[in-house]
Amino acid sequence: MRELIKMVIVLTVLAVLSGGLLSGFRNATAARIEVQQLKFVKGPAITAILKGVSNDPIEDRFAIKDGETERKVFVGKFDDKANTVVLESFGKGYGGDIGLMVAINMEDDTIVGAAVTTHSETPGLGARAKGDPGFVSQFKSLSINDSFKVTADGGRVNAMSGATITSRAVCAAATEAGGIYQRMKPQLIEKLKEFNK
Amino acid sequence: MAKTLTQEFTKGLWEEIAPFRLVLGLCPVLGVTTTVENGIGMGLATTFVLVFSNLLVASLRNIIPSKVRIACFIIIIATFVVVTELLMQAFAYTLFLKLGVFIPLIVVNCIVLGRAEAFASKNSITLSIADGLGIGIGFTLSLAALGSLRELFGANNLTIWTTPTSVIGVQEVFGPHFQPFSFMVQAPGAFVCLGLMLCIMNLLGSK
Repeated sequence: MRELIKMVIVLTVLAVLSGGLLSGFRNATAARIEVQQLKFVKGPAITAILKGVSNDPIEDRFAIKDGETERKVFVGKFDDKANTVVLESFGKGYGGDIGLMVAINMEDDTIVGAAVTTHSETPGLGARAKGDPGFVSQFKSLSINDSFKVTADGGRVNAMSGATITSRAVCAAATEAGGIYQRMKPQLIEKLKEFNK
Repeated sequence: MAKTLTQEFTKGLWEEIAPFRLVLGLCPVLGVTTTVENGIGMGLATTFVLVFSNLLVASLRNIIPSKVRIACFIIIIATFVVVTELLMQAFAYTLFLKLGVFIPLIVVNCIVLGRAEAFASKNSITLSIADGLGIGIGFTLSLAALGSLRELFGANNLTIWTTPTSVIGVQEVFGPHFQPFSFMVQAPGAFVCLGLMLCIMNLLGSK
């Protein structure tokens, strides 16, 4: 009995210490990781979906409050008019959260482009969502106010073969982006006015 | 059996060099050695985990009950792997992108668990650190050696380190007209290279 108690105590103490150490490290590195991701992952994704933009969307970013969470929004200017916003949303994929950058034209609520940023999907299957632009390009020119589904679920997005869960996750992320967009639209319009001054 | 600190350190560099003598930890050896840079990065990450997990396992060796020792080792190792992953994301993001899934896989690297179980849980803290450093540096050297062979013949380059703006290393070692064997940077090339290196190590060892 004493041995059992000792085992439980040692394991618990170790796990607690490990958890504490990790949360400390996470807090300490979070700001730097954010900067690195902007530079290496989100930056290239944003420039890829906002081709022909006349400003630097990474530079022209702002944060607004959506309920409790703070969301980062990137602004794209076309023909010197700030009319495009880029939001990031997440869907639950096969190996974890999948981040999706969605660029929305605020004049007619259509999607300008979408790109997967962070993911931990299987290489060769789900990971193609990022490498192969064919899948995400399906979202182009669709209305952001729709909800997105793969064809197997009665929607109109063709899933990648062998990666239905990933495809669903990307659709869910796009739908969520629509939800965020609708909630924050009044704030976004105000913010864009500042950029157009 | 009383070995000195230097003996414990140097055994990892030659006598017990993990991938070639013990044929352990082959998953990263085959997976990431397409370039020297990846090999060194992976090797250093593993060394970091190895040294700290050895240090903790050795210092807790009298407290950890033997029945749950493996679970305790895994908690310790997993903690340091996540720490490595966070540090790498913060300070070497391009390397993190290249190594990808292999960083979390250090948790199941049998070298790390093997040293914790076979060495650190039975020896003093200083000896365990020397052991971890030795095995880790030996592992890094092995990965770098295999990586340089594969990158040299497979891509005609030797990249030590890349920063977003510049590349440290030699490009086009054999001149611009050399046609690289793309076979070498693919998976079968890894097996063939590893086999040849094992063969050379055995030849040298048999004398």
